[in-house]
Amino acid sequence: MPSRRDLLLATAGGVLLGGPARRLLAANAGSDADELGTLPGKKPLIRHSWRPPNYETPLADLVPAFTPNDAFFVRYHLSVIPQIDVDTWRLKVGGSGAKNPLVLTLRDLKHDFKRVTLAAVNQCSGNRRGLFAPRVPGVQWGNGAMGNAEWSGVRLRDVLGRAGVAASAVEVVFNGADVPVLPATPDFLKSIPVERALDENTLIAFEMNGHPLPHWNGAPARLVVPGWTGTYWVKHLTEIRLDTAPFDGFWVKGAYRIPTGAFPGVRFKTQETPETTPITEILVNSLITSHVSGAQVKHGAKAELAGKAWDGGSGIAAVEISTDGRQSWQAAQLGRDLGRFAWREFRYRLDTSKPGALVVAVRARSRDGATQPEKLTVNPGGYHDNIVQTVTLGVV
Amino acid sequence: MRGALAAAALLGALTLTGALASADEDAIRLRDGNARDLTAARCAICHSVDYIQGNAPVLDRAGWQKEIQKMRDRFGAPITDEEARQILDYLAGSYAGKP
Repeated sequence: MPSRRDLLLATAGGVLLGGPARRLLAANAGSDADELGTLPGKKPLIRHSWRPPNYETPLADLVPAFTPNDAFFVRYHLSVIPQIDVDTWRLKVGGSGAKNPLVLTLRDLKHDFKRVTLAAVNQCSGNRRGLFAPRVPGVQWGNGAMGNAEWSGVRLRDVLGRAGVAASAVEVVFNGADVPVLPATPDFLKSIPVERALDENTLIAFEMNGHPLPHWNGAPARLVVPGWTGTYWVKHLTEIRLDTAPFDGFWVKGAYRIPTGAFPGVRFKTQETPETTPITEILVNSLITSHVSGAQVKHGAKAELAGKAWDGGSGIAAVEISTDGRQSWQAAQLGRDLGRFAWREFRYRLDTSKPGALVVAVRARSRDGATQPEKLTVNPGGYHDNIVQTVTLGVV
Repeated sequence: MRGALAAAALLGALTLTGALASADEDAIRLRDGNARDLTAARCAICHSVDYIQGNAPVLDRAGWQKEIQKMRDRFGAPITDEEARQILDYLAGSYAGKP
């Protein structure tokens, strides 16, 4: 039986395509049960669940260089999400590895520390899970559990420095204001290695694209870990803890884990077992934003393919396009460099001289030499889908 | 829908802890079947039941069994053994796809 996506594909493009239509169309549709829905302060997004709210950014909103705040994806695990009064909000910084525990107001954060702004992709670990074959359970995200924004805030290391980092500290643990319905459900806390916490690019952000963080993206302050997947970007921060032992919470020990050694990326060694290890860095990837499979381009007319490429922080070296079944690859033109943690726009003039199907494949290469693989590394969490994307267009 | 009402009643009791279901999620209609109302009531304690619809194409009976077990063991869902059996039969009967 054709899926909703297959049907959409057939009607949207007017061309019924064989092959893995689900993967092809997922660029502009989410899982089978999804529809557009609107959270307060957001424009209509692809709704995966009402409660907790999980909303994906539609492809059209991934076209701008910076993803608009009202279109930025929303991802929660826990259903109780308080509206926070910024005047009474406090951020506790302490733990067994902190020499001088402290409590900060938002005013303290803004006035007592140096302000820093950087552009970075925030990508959910499970982005594209809905495209996995064989399929895996979890939120069936398409391509839009990601976005690129300019994040402003203060360096985590400056705040930790004031709290006094003991030499014995191994991890930094983060808690947010969102809590579970049932006391028996593990609260959403995450940890990162102390080295990553002290990296100059790890921020406590209170602004996104020049505006206060939207409620659904972590107001009044969230963690920003550029290059690492969204699971570490804890929202509605309330507590930061310097710990002298590896954190023992469910969301690090029992979730967001990948098979040890299966993927590239920095290792979170204090949380690694012989079987599994925490997901860490975003892998080199790309997304066509100008066209979806089934789209038609006019025979002989100018047509430009465009999209985004990104990785975990080395930056994009090249984006290559193949229109001959991946036998040869041509360089796409890269857009402005917004910073090594941001995505990079790419453009490529399509050859529309021959009528018929035009199969376009895109692969990005990062400055550290990594390229997108052809084949998916299947894993139980449905993480790290960065395989080469193909769209089939009709030249008519 | 009775299932939604049962879930709403349960959630009414839980609003004391700060949990609030969106009124709009009541529009989600689960397929008919034995234990539909029980399933809706238990699942909706913590999350909207569109999670069921969203995962239906992915999970067969064995997959649903694992999910129910995960909800009980890891997330503390208050579901008895007998209820778990009924919920599994409902989900496997009405929402099992091919993984």
